[in-house]
Amino acid sequence: MTISIERSTRELTDSEKRFVGWHMLVAIIALLVGSIFGPLQALQFSNVDLYQYLEPVIRSYYQGLTLHGVLNALVWTTFFIVGFTTLVVIKGLGRALTHPKVNWAGFWVMVVGLVMTAVPILLNQATVLYTFYPPLQASWAFYLGLTLVVVGSWISGVGFFLTFIAWRKDNPGVRSPFIAFAGVLNMAMWQIATLGVAVEILSMLLPWSLGLIEATDPQLARTYFWFTGHPLVYFWLLPAYISWYGMLPKQAGGKLFSDSLARLAFWLFLIVSIPVGFHHQFVDPGVPTGWKWIHATLTYSVFFPSMLTAFTVIASLEYAGRKRGGVGLLGWIRALPWKDPSVSAQLLAGILFMFGGIGGLTNASYNLNLIIHNTAWVPGHFHLTVATAVTLSFMGITYWLIPYITGKKLISPRLAQIQVWTWFVGMIIFSNAMHVLGLLGAPRRTPLGDAPYVPEEWNGHLLRTSIGGTILLVSVLIYGWIMYKTARGPKADPDDVPMIPVAESLRDPQLTPVWLDRFKPWLIAAGALIVLAYGPQLWDQITGIQLTSPGWTPW
Amino acid sequence: MTAPPTDAQPQKESMGIDPYERNWMRFSIVLLVVFLTAVTVAGFAMGFQVPGEEGRVDPATITEAGPFANPGVRQIAPSEFEVYVVSRTFNFDPAEIVVPQGATVTIYVTSQDVQHGFKITDTNVNMQVVPGQVSKLTYTFDRVGEFPYLCTEYCGIGHAAMFGTVKVVPPSEFEEAGA
Repeated sequence: MTISIERSTRELTDSEKRFVGWHMLVAIIALLVGSIFGPLQALQFSNVDLYQYLEPVIRSYYQGLTLHGVLNALVWTTFFIVGFTTLVVIKGLGRALTHPKVNWAGFWVMVVGLVMTAVPILLNQATVLYTFYPPLQASWAFYLGLTLVVVGSWISGVGFFLTFIAWRKDNPGVRSPFIAFAGVLNMAMWQIATLGVAVEILSMLLPWSLGLIEATDPQLARTYFWFTGHPLVYFWLLPAYISWYGMLPKQAGGKLFSDSLARLAFWLFLIVSIPVGFHHQFVDPGVPTGWKWIHATLTYSVFFPSMLTAFTVIASLEYAGRKRGGVGLLGWIRALPWKDPSVSAQLLAGILFMFGGIGGLTNASYNLNLIIHNTAWVPGHFHLTVATAVTLSFMGITYWLIPYITGKKLISPRLAQIQVWTWFVGMIIFSNAMHVLGLLGAPRRTPLGDAPYVPEEWNGHLLRTSIGGTILLVSVLIYGWIMYKTARGPKADPDDVPMIPVAESLRDPQLTPVWLDRFKPWLIAAGALIVLAYGPQLWDQITGIQLTSPGWTPW
Repeated sequence: MTAPPTDAQPQKESMGIDPYERNWMRFSIVLLVVFLTAVTVAGFAMGFQVPGEEGRVDPATITEAGPFANPGVRQIAPSEFEVYVVSRTFNFDPAEIVVPQGATVTIYVTSQDVQHGFKITDTNVNMQVVPGQVSKLTYTFDRVGEFPYLCTEYCGIGHAAMFGTVKVVPPSEFEEAGA
């Protein structure tokens, strides 16, 4: 049976554009503020201490690092993702949200949560970094604020699910449009994944910070945290994948190479991105080696859909490049529209992500992790993943998205190109130096400019992190300027405003097997795998809980 | 690359996997199996092991009783040693560990307050130090030299200054020192 579907031509209404725009506004401000602190860290490595000039507002390197991590890794990502998912759900399904008030409620709960989190951080009452490992104890407002950000994103998620279900009812037998399907899947994964941190905060950290319980169990808290901590990175990454699979091919003049394998990859991310958290705890004392090994194995299986993604996305781009006249083994790469900053941002993000992926596989490799755990290698790694594959892709997306929702023209594509390339170059320098420092034994989260044990051979690499960080600062300032000037610019001729790029599939998506478009079996599989991979250890750690750690605020 | 022309294919449900992509998937699986086998053999047959579950302590009383009440190095056989290390903001006790070349040293670390990290530079010794838990790893020091151990987890304002040093000395020198 073949049903030919009318591709949705519906554009977002003005109020929908405003709704997405509010998310983007918060996201971009968070990115800009948070990113200013990154280079301060990098410069400290070369003994250029700019923190002294920020006193008494920002009192330490660590307070700045907390702001950097929370604003960039948690706020920029989450607000962007909820806004972007709103856009792909509406555009993909070609219909309005069924309960826009639910989505608005989600947004405001997130905003209230953000403010509640920001105040104690700025008051130096939550200098616990973005992992907030107890028994470092932050103000209760920090924990409650983070909870509200997560709960707000859940509420928005419910809004998406209701809209998706309504679309299904009206379109029996039709394959769900890929971008909407993938956006909803990511939110479903997020809801399951964040149960860990929700339980950690609500059952342990919040009552403890309020003084209702005197002490806590840091090991159990770590286990809850990393239940959420790893799928968190996929929550960041999958929206970039939505663009790489479902939008970038269109921007490049091609099509999605394989709708069915794109969906398979997303399903595999749903079921295997959660039961892998112990690979962040390889060096933890309170987790048996056998369970660490099981999670290492499962982590390797998450690498499989990443390999699928590498093939499908590159094949889609090759198809585009050849259609544009590219010839020869690699000639199609040159033929891609590199002049479009939205495209070049995402291509460069993808290139650095290959190195991020290889490093990630190293991190996941059980005993190999001993060499790099808690070293500068780790932030070196995730600046290739979340700070480039994700962030540079998101920046690339905003180069069409902000003009689209504001009806303006991107002020200077040339300047945007400079921004994209400086990010790429700055990150190569910074991240490479951090990887090398990690291999030499430099700890992460440490103002190495002050550390008494730094040997001379680290100095060159420390300098390179400072240079890379400075280039990245220039890049992010250019980005902020472009966003500001674009949003404040005059209304453009509608023909000059970009459309939402939605890539068609090479093959009719109706030919994709129906089991790749059913949520229930995959959700059950995800739950079952979590129970098998986490159940016994969670049971042991919860029944063996020892509340022996009072709170400390040694900052 | 064989671009599958839509019209030429039978119009029925299928995965529609390109032959190149099928091979790529096979290659990916083989690669992962090889890697997994390598780390598993290294970990469980060759002794390159990560820390496991060792035991629990009460951080409030570790300095009063038990092995952590007297942190330091203990020789338990001609070339076998145990070291008990207490981590606290912002130092390790002991701050110096002296062992002879070739010594097999089992290191136990715990924390008196917040979480710390314990990583000995240029070795495979790397442990998260969690209050309430005992972290343990065994390592044989085959090279003479100084190996700093650094706190690798943010523990507060003095974190960057928190370190100690393993001194591996020639066996003759170790005996002269009267250890």
